[in-house]
Amino acid sequence: MAGEHPGSTPPLLAYRVIGRPLQRYDVLDKVQGTTRYAGDWQLPGMLTGRILRSIYPSARILRIDVSRARALPGVAAVLTADDVPANALHEDATGFNLAPFATPILAVNRVCYQGEPVALVAAESEAAARAAVEAIEVHYEPLDAVVNVETALRPDAPRVHAERENLLIHWKLRTGSVEQSLRQADIVIERTYRTQRVDHAYLEPEAGVAWVDADGVVNVRSATQVIEHFRTLAEMLCLPHNRVRVIAPFLGGGFGGKEDMTVEPHVALLAWKTRRPVRMVWSRQESLLARPKRHPFVMRYKTGAARDGRLLAQEITVLADAGPYPLLSPRVLFAALVAGAGPYRIPNVSVDAMAVFTNNVPASAMRGFGAMQVTFAYESQMDLVAEQLHMSPLEVRARNFLQKGDRLPTGEKVETAVALPALARHALDALGERSCPTTRTARVGRGFACNLQPYGRTVWFRDHASAWIGFETDGSLVLRSGVTDLGGGQAASLAQIAAEILGVSLERVVVHFGDSALTPLAGGTFATRQLYMSGNAVLKAAQELRALMAPVGAALLEAGPADVQFADDYVSVIGSPQRKVALAQVVVECGHRGIPTAHLSVFRGEQAPPVDLETGQGKTFPDYTFGCHATEVEVDTETGIVKLLKYVACHDVGRAINPQSVEGQIQGGAVMGIGQALMEDIVLEGGNNLSTLFASYLIPTALDVPDIRAVAVESGEGKGPFGARGIGEPPTGPPPAAIASAIQDAVGVRLYELPMTPERVLQGLAGTGPPEG
Amino acid sequence: MSGTPVDGQPDQSGERWPLHFLLNGRRVDVWAAPHETLLAVLRDALGATEVKYGCGEGVCGTCTVLLDGAPVNACLLLGVQAQGRTVTTVKGLPNQDGLHPLQRAFVQHEAAQCGFCTPGMLLVAHAFVRDHPSATREQIRAAVAGNLCRCTGYTRIVDAVEAYARAGNPTSNRGGRDGG
Repeated sequence: MAGEHPGSTPPLLAYRVIGRPLQRYDVLDKVQGTTRYAGDWQLPGMLTGRILRSIYPSARILRIDVSRARALPGVAAVLTADDVPANALHEDATGFNLAPFATPILAVNRVCYQGEPVALVAAESEAAARAAVEAIEVHYEPLDAVVNVETALRPDAPRVHAERENLLIHWKLRTGSVEQSLRQADIVIERTYRTQRVDHAYLEPEAGVAWVDADGVVNVRSATQVIEHFRTLAEMLCLPHNRVRVIAPFLGGGFGGKEDMTVEPHVALLAWKTRRPVRMVWSRQESLLARPKRHPFVMRYKTGAARDGRLLAQEITVLADAGPYPLLSPRVLFAALVAGAGPYRIPNVSVDAMAVFTNNVPASAMRGFGAMQVTFAYESQMDLVAEQLHMSPLEVRARNFLQKGDRLPTGEKVETAVALPALARHALDALGERSCPTTRTARVGRGFACNLQPYGRTVWFRDHASAWIGFETDGSLVLRSGVTDLGGGQAASLAQIAAEILGVSLERVVVHFGDSALTPLAGGTFATRQLYMSGNAVLKAAQELRALMAPVGAALLEAGPADVQFADDYVSVIGSPQRKVALAQVVVECGHRGIPTAHLSVFRGEQAPPVDLETGQGKTFPDYTFGCHATEVEVDTETGIVKLLKYVACHDVGRAINPQSVEGQIQGGAVMGIGQALMEDIVLEGGNNLSTLFASYLIPTALDVPDIRAVAVESGEGKGPFGARGIGEPPTGPPPAAIASAIQDAVGVRLYELPMTPERVLQGLAGTGPPEG
Repeated sequence: MSGTPVDGQPDQSGERWPLHFLLNGRRVDVWAAPHETLLAVLRDALGATEVKYGCGEGVCGTCTVLLDGAPVNACLLLGVQAQGRTVTTVKGLPNQDGLHPLQRAFVQHEAAQCGFCTPGMLLVAHAFVRDHPSATREQIRAAVAGNLCRCTGYTRIVDAVEAYARAGNPTSNRGGRDGG
């Protein structure tokens, strides 16, 4: 069953607010330093919360002694697993009970990764909290740690969880006859690709404040992407769902890292136990140590093609290191399964996508969500096919690009435009003239890569989002949405949509967002779903509200309801703009006539039953966003340093609601992908994290990247409001493959492992490695 | 709590000493322990939450303030090092109609997304353009390279700072090219 499609929208030319680079109201506050982030919140009598974390990746807890800590001055609470009313998050990220798991909130008898929370402290000051954490005595018996994802699957491998095998999830996709097609192919390219563990590195570390209010409701105001965690928190505290409230203020970045809970269970527990407000802010070092990361992938690709460049078959195996708890790994691997073959028409495909338990730091959601890592592999494979067939990389891709109406390997049809030929042309053209090397030892090269990224939740989660819009009697507008705003302009774009439809000037719209008690739930901000889901919910609510109020405005103007328009804070007669009445007056008149001036709508996304588990066949995601990035690099053959000279990122965004925000998403996402391509790496040794400083975990600075030229193509086809597509995640995918291709073009070295550090480039130049399939 | 800070005398606990400096042009008097960072003094004692904690290592630049006009990482400085000096946060940028022209340029170019790095970024850029009014784009990139941003990819930040510098007149309200 397909999802909803809101009613027809005005033609593009009629838009007054949509598609314009309008100032974002939140940016106005942010430049003045007045935005109150989660860690900026202060309440009277507030305590400081801290976590005692495991020092071992794998150990038995023999004994925890908190008596000394509890006796220290200024300590209000010291909690261990015994103090948690229901110490288990019952998770099943597959949505149909394929991988159920009970994840402890505080470790019970056993720690499974370095940094796992063992005990909590609330104290009068930061210093007292630190002292209390240090005074807790934990006696451990270290155990062997499972740290290698490939050996973890051997039958004799030690288990991360005694009661359960190390294979967390194994998704399968089968279409056509891969083996036979590979035998018949003119060429077969087989390679192994490795991507590394990456941190979100949002500038705002995890933070939140909890308090119990006068009605006995536990309030948590935290940096979260998902206010719906209130239910999980209530279950942890053995309270009815309606006794916990989660508020998400503007976030200092999320990128998937604030999709699972962070401080929420800890501050909620401490506030519940002490009956006092508790604030917890994780240090950067804690965040780097223990927050879930992007999954490292090991990807085996076998691609068969015909002499003319047609792709015949692809056999893919993806192994991902999940760490010890499932979190969102099953869903990440499902995205890898669906996107694994890339934006190409391939008749015979098999994919095995597996997540494996280890004692490494957990992995979960991060921008790109499994569809990002596979881009490095499938695009490198395309280059290799081209090379072997002596064709240009563009020619091979062009011969195989998906088109609207084609079927993905899952059997589902591509329902919207695929502008890849145009995207590739734009991206490559924008590189302009080839640069000359700046030194004698430097070589210049170019590369590009294409991708597809789903937007919206997997269809069997039957996604929906609500929005409420109401007029005040002065004609100003209130919008309530449970959306969380990570910094991408989620709230501001909803204001733009409502302003467009209801003819209210943008500065007369106020958005209340991200409060599970006061705003209708919209689902979290993840999976590039909010413009699609909440954008459509707001569009629907606004259209329905306009339909309710239009007859009243028309009556005041002595015109037919179809003959009036809402614009510039007035209702006016189309074609006779001087015949107008202020929206405020229409609102008052609606009151007199008993016509509602507020309206709640629910938008339902694409809905379908789960895929076939043996073949992966079925509808998976609502839709996809396509892109092509092109880059020019300079490689220093003496140092191995790769410098980006030019970078173009081109995506079909369907329709840009706010072109500046769209370009900002593309630029920022590309740089995140560039960081993964060239420098970022959470290094673990035996499960011990060696990258717990911002001085050792390097993300791109302004000097590491060139200007990012963002090109937003508007096909007008997308399933979001006004034909928009999601653009939050898609730009992270292409950079590693595009840069790998450019390095190959410059110095003839192809790298199969990220990050592409100077060391790896030099090894390649010297012919001493790096290893390949 | 411990009375008004008086120069040269510790509080009753003997742990905290009086500290005074000019914060955004206004004299402030607080108690501070010798080990407390300027960041902690600003955020916790003075409620200056526009100064952000990002790493505590002096790497990310998120906590940047101007000390006697020069950008410093407030997380690496002790509070006592500000004694008698001038501290400027983003709220102390001179402005007309509520916004400094550099802030206006950031809004027009949408040089902020989540906004968490923005206060520090603005202060560094402000000090740099003040000292190097005809800086090139590359020099601007180098100047802000000590301040990490994870959202924007930097292009729009450099655009905004460049537009502000090109406008040439620090009191001008015209900072940007396009925008709404």
